[in-house]
Amino acid sequence: MTRRSWIGWQFIGPFMAVFALVFLAPIGYSVYLSVFRTRLVGGTSFVGLENYTNALSDPQFWQGVTRVGLFLAVQVPIMLGLALVVALAIDSGRLHGKAFFRVTIFMPYAVPAVVATLMWGFMYSNQFGLVGNINDALNITLPEPLSANLALASIGNIVTWEFVGYNMLIFYSALRVVPASLYESAEIDGAGAFRIIRAIKLPAIRGALVIATIFSVIGSFQLFNEPAIMRPLARNVLTTDYTPNMYAYTLSFAGQQYNYAATVAIIMGVITMVVAYVVQLRGTREN
Amino acid sequence: MTTTVQSNRRTTDHSPASEKPYRRGRQRSVLLTLLTSLFAIYSLVPLLWLVINATKTPEGLLSSFGLWFDDGEFALFDNIRKTFTYQDGAFTRWLGNTLLYVVAGAGGATLLATLGGYGLAKFDFVGKRAVFATVIGAVAVPGTALAVPTFLMFSKLGITNTPWSVIIPSLVSPFGLYLMWTFSAQAVPDEMLEAARIDGASEFRTFFQVSLPLLAPGVVTVLLFTVVATWNNYFLPLIMLRDPSWYPLTIGLNSWNDQAQTVGGEAVFNLVITGSLITILPLLAAFLFLQRYWQSGLAAGSVKE
Repeated sequence: MTRRSWIGWQFIGPFMAVFALVFLAPIGYSVYLSVFRTRLVGGTSFVGLENYTNALSDPQFWQGVTRVGLFLAVQVPIMLGLALVVALAIDSGRLHGKAFFRVTIFMPYAVPAVVATLMWGFMYSNQFGLVGNINDALNITLPEPLSANLALASIGNIVTWEFVGYNMLIFYSALRVVPASLYESAEIDGAGAFRIIRAIKLPAIRGALVIATIFSVIGSFQLFNEPAIMRPLARNVLTTDYTPNMYAYTLSFAGQQYNYAATVAIIMGVITMVVAYVVQLRGTREN
Repeated sequence: MTTTVQSNRRTTDHSPASEKPYRRGRQRSVLLTLLTSLFAIYSLVPLLWLVINATKTPEGLLSSFGLWFDDGEFALFDNIRKTFTYQDGAFTRWLGNTLLYVVAGAGGATLLATLGGYGLAKFDFVGKRAVFATVIGAVAVPGTALAVPTFLMFSKLGITNTPWSVIIPSLVSPFGLYLMWTFSAQAVPDEMLEAARIDGASEFRTFFQVSLPLLAPGVVTVLLFTVVATWNNYFLPLIMLRDPSWYPLTIGLNSWNDQAQTVGGEAVFNLVITGSLITILPLLAAFLFLQRYWQSGLAAGSVKE
């Protein structure tokens, strides 16, 4: 143990202290809650893994998990793909008005989820929204964005709109610190733009791609704000158990079932961690 | 926060500082610009919708085309006045609350992330790998997994329904920690730290006098992200706060929006839309203002080998 090892902790210590209070302690408390049950008659009793077996055979829970899994499989690749294409376009130096694009496409990230959802919700509505306007103007009937079949895609659109610029900026920042000498030698060798993207740029920003994917996976599994805020527009479609997070929220704050809610949340956390870990392994596997 | 970067001069595409040497004289592409423009339009249309509809009366919202102004009426100033006066000025109080949560939460989060990221990047210490694994692992736990027990813990401590219940959880920004870690690794040369050590300066003095100026662009970036995160926070205040007088803007606006659904509630969509516009303007302004520092930071970072 050198003096240095202690100094490092002085820098990271304050962060870790608060982190322990708002992350680690609640996680521990969650685990504690999940092995008990509270009944009106009989009070709190230790039930071991009973809450877990209940949750794992709970159709409401699995429906939500399947839904966010589908959301993840479709929305995340689309969003990250778009973000990467735009980042490469801006980084290529071939755009007119580069700064304008960088700022404009990032802007939605500064819009609160509440405002973004209210805005898109108004536009989706066929009463006084854009969809209604277009229907009236062209005398057609567009499919309803908040119908059972399209609601998830409509939510995916809101999430994409909110976060594509943020991911673009992460990729763009990573591209900016690629040493220029790499490009120069590639150009001398006569490599074209796409060759440079494949051989130099993508490997150079691999770390950023992995991190962005992991954060997007986490975000998908935690989906709550957009469906919860849009619920009043489509109560029958966006049910209180629409996503696992909404289900856990409903269980705790509407049903006071804190023990079961904690169990649902822990299972979601484990699923999320496993998927994030797989992403990380795949992302850092070769060279 | 002091930086030595000149920020009063807009960096344009033609300034040598913002361009990598090999790109000089590169052909600009009209096609690529057009394609990227489509994407910019997608990003801007909802914001345009918000600006246009903030000028409409409740009746105009229903009767006029969504992406154009209502002919007869321009109710923007009336809407703004009503937004600030409705329910005895609730909106003004929510704005003040939001500012409090942002200054304390985002400011504190940036400080902790900067110190922590620098510590991870520049020092070897026992448990370093474990620290990062723990932080990344914990981020994967869903918000509600934390929210329920945090709520119960805080209510035992008696701080639910107070500003503390919103500020304390905001102080941890795992993404900020990661960003400062990578930024510190790149921006602060080890040789400089060695030189300062040989001169006998303490590590903290070195940090504040030598490293912090170099870290400034990264700090601004983290501040930008934590400000956005706290300003836009919804889930945490939703469960922690019962008393409308402690609401931030996000919860307040949603409560106005939900009024139309309640029996006997007054529909105030014009105020929801105008309030939403007022809510995002300070953020966009702060972002544009910070972006300048930050672009110069990126430009400075990009010429490093």
